[in-house]
Amino acid sequence: MKQGSALLLVAIAAGALALVPILAPPFYANLLVPFYGYAIALLGFNLLFGYTGLLSFGHALFLGLGAYTAAVLAGLWGIKEFEVVLLAAALVGLLLALPLGWLAVRYRGIFFGMLTLAYGMLAHAVLFKFYHLTGGDSGMRVPRMHLLGLEFAAYNKIELLAGPFYYYCLTLCALAALLMWRIVRSPFGLHLRSLRDNAQKAEYLGVRAHQFRLAAFAISGIYGAVGGTILGFRTGLADPELVYWTHSGHLVFMTVLGGFSSLLGPVIGALALTLLQDQLQSLTQYWRLVLGAILALVVIFLPRGLAGLAFDVGRLHGRRSASSTANTTETA
Amino acid sequence: MTHQPTSNASPRAEAPKAAPPRPIVRARSPLIETRSVCKNYGAFRALEDVSIAVREGEFVSIVGPNGAGKTTLVNLLTGLLVPTKGEVYFKGRNIAGVCPVTLATQGMARTFQLVQIFPELTVAETIATAVITRQGKRWRLLSPLPQDAQIATRVAEIAGMFGLSSRLATLSRLLSQGEKKLLDVASAFALDPQLILLDEPTSGVSTAEKHAVMTTLVGAARAAGVQAIILVEHDMDLVAAYSHRIIALSEGRVLADLPPEEFFADPVIIETVVGKRRGVSC
Repeated sequence: MKQGSALLLVAIAAGALALVPILAPPFYANLLVPFYGYAIALLGFNLLFGYTGLLSFGHALFLGLGAYTAAVLAGLWGIKEFEVVLLAAALVGLLLALPLGWLAVRYRGIFFGMLTLAYGMLAHAVLFKFYHLTGGDSGMRVPRMHLLGLEFAAYNKIELLAGPFYYYCLTLCALAALLMWRIVRSPFGLHLRSLRDNAQKAEYLGVRAHQFRLAAFAISGIYGAVGGTILGFRTGLADPELVYWTHSGHLVFMTVLGGFSSLLGPVIGALALTLLQDQLQSLTQYWRLVLGAILALVVIFLPRGLAGLAFDVGRLHGRRSASSTANTTETA
Repeated sequence: MTHQPTSNASPRAEAPKAAPPRPIVRARSPLIETRSVCKNYGAFRALEDVSIAVREGEFVSIVGPNGAGKTTLVNLLTGLLVPTKGEVYFKGRNIAGVCPVTLATQGMARTFQLVQIFPELTVAETIATAVITRQGKRWRLLSPLPQDAQIATRVAEIAGMFGLSSRLATLSRLLSQGEKKLLDVASAFALDPQLILLDEPTSGVSTAEKHAVMTTLVGAARAAGVQAIILVEHDMDLVAAYSHRIIALSEGRVLADLPPEEFFADPVIIETVVGKRRGVSC
C-alpha cells in the first residue's frame, strides 16, 4: 500500500471516529474512550515490541501508573487541570521507566518478558497491600478534571465522556500517533529496527544496543502512563487490576490482533477488541473462551494481524485494478 | 620458527589470477597489533603468545587449518573476546574488552563468516544504519530519515560501489546469497573504517564469482579510503592474489608472517596450512 493511500485511509478512519458522538448513541462514544487510552499506550508498547523486538509482559504497570498519578494529583492534591496531570503522568512514567528499563533491557527474549512480568506483579502487590497509601483493592478515586481550562460543569459524566472528553482523546491519540510516526521513521527508529533484526550486526555498525533499548522502553513508558491517565479519568478510579498481569496480556492480545509489524496495527487491534469484547459480553457469558479462540485463529492464520490482512487486501485490489485497466487498454 | 624459502610451492599459488597490490604506505606505528596474546577456553588454549601487527596500507591475510585460532584472533582484534593474557592495540590504544560500538566509532569494521543481514530492512536501510552512525545522527528522534539528503547520497554511493544500486528498495532477506554477502560488507564499509576485518568474505559464493567479489571489495576499500584490510580466508588463490603479507596460524601459534612469495615458497608452511600436496585450496 502506498503512503498516500495509507494516509487517506487513516484520514477517513479519523473522520469516521470523529462522527461517532454525532451519529451514534452516547453509549458508543463512551465505549470508545478507553480505546483511545489503549491506542496511545499501544503505540508506545509497539515501539518496544514491534520495532525493538522486546516483548513486555508487564506493560500494564505504566497504565496503572498513569491512573494512580491522576488519582494522587487530582484526588489528593486537588490539581484539576487535565493537561498538568497528563504531563505529570508522562514524567512519572519516564522516571520509573528509566531504572526499570536500565535493568530489563540487558536481557532479551523470555528473560526480558519474565523480568517485566515480575515488575508488574511487584507493582500489583504494592498497590494491593499498602492500603493506607493506595486504597488497596478499593483503589483511589480519580475525580473529574478540567479540559483545556474548561470545567464543563453543565455536562454530566456520560455527556462529558461522550462529548468533549471524546474529542480531547481523539486529538491526543492523533498527536501521539503523529509523534510516533516521526519517531519510527527517524534515524533513531531505524537503529531500533536494526537491533530487532540482528543485534550483533547492529552493534558492529555502531548501534548502541543498551542505550537505544532503554530509550524505547522509556518512550513506551511515557505512552503507557498517558494512556493510563485516560483510563483513570474515564472510570473515575485507579485500582490494582490496572497493573495486574492479565491486563498486560490484554495489551499483548490487542497488539497481536491488530498486527505488530506496522505503526497502526496495535491501534486497529485496540479498536477491534474494544468493539468485539462489548458485543461478545452481550451475547454470551463465555466471551473469554471466544476471545481466546479468536486469538488462536489470528496467530495461526493472520500472523500479521488485521493490519496485515488489510494491507494484503489493498494490494490485491490494486493489482486487480491495474490488471483490469490493462485489459481495457488492450481491448480498446 | 624459521622457514627457508624453496621453489616447491603449489602451482595454483604460483600463478595467482591478479598481481598483488603493493602497500601504499609503510607507517611507523601499527594500526592494530597484538602483544603476546593468549586466549584460553577453560583448560584449552586457543591462542598462545600471538604477536602480530598490521600497518597502514597493508592487506594482510590470516590463514591456517581449522582450529588454528583464526576466528579467535579476529574476535580478539574486534573486541568480541577479551585476551586471557597480553594486549590488543588499535591506533595505539588498548582495546581489550572494548565494545564493538566503540570500535566502530573509532574506525574499525568487521564482517562475519556467516552472512549477517537485517532481514526485514531494505538494502538502503541496512547501509543507512551505518551511515547514520558515521554521520552522528543516531539520536535524531524526530527528523524524517527519507528526507535526509546527506544520508541518501552516501547510501547511494556505497550501494554503487558494491553494485547494489538497483536493489536499494529490496528487503535484505530477498537478496541472493552473493548479494547478501556484498550487502554485509557494504554496510561495514559505510562506516568509513580505517581498518576492516573480512572473515571469509567469499564463503558461500561460487568459485567463479570469488575473484569478482574480491575485486569489488578491494576497489571499494580504495574508494572508501580504508587504510588496512585483514582477511581471514581458506581460498589460497585469493590469499595469494591480494595479500601483501600472510600470517599463518597453527595450533594457536604464529607459524609464519611472510610476504606471499616467501610464504608460498616454503613447503613446510604450505603442508601445515593446507595439507600435504592435495592442492592449495582447502
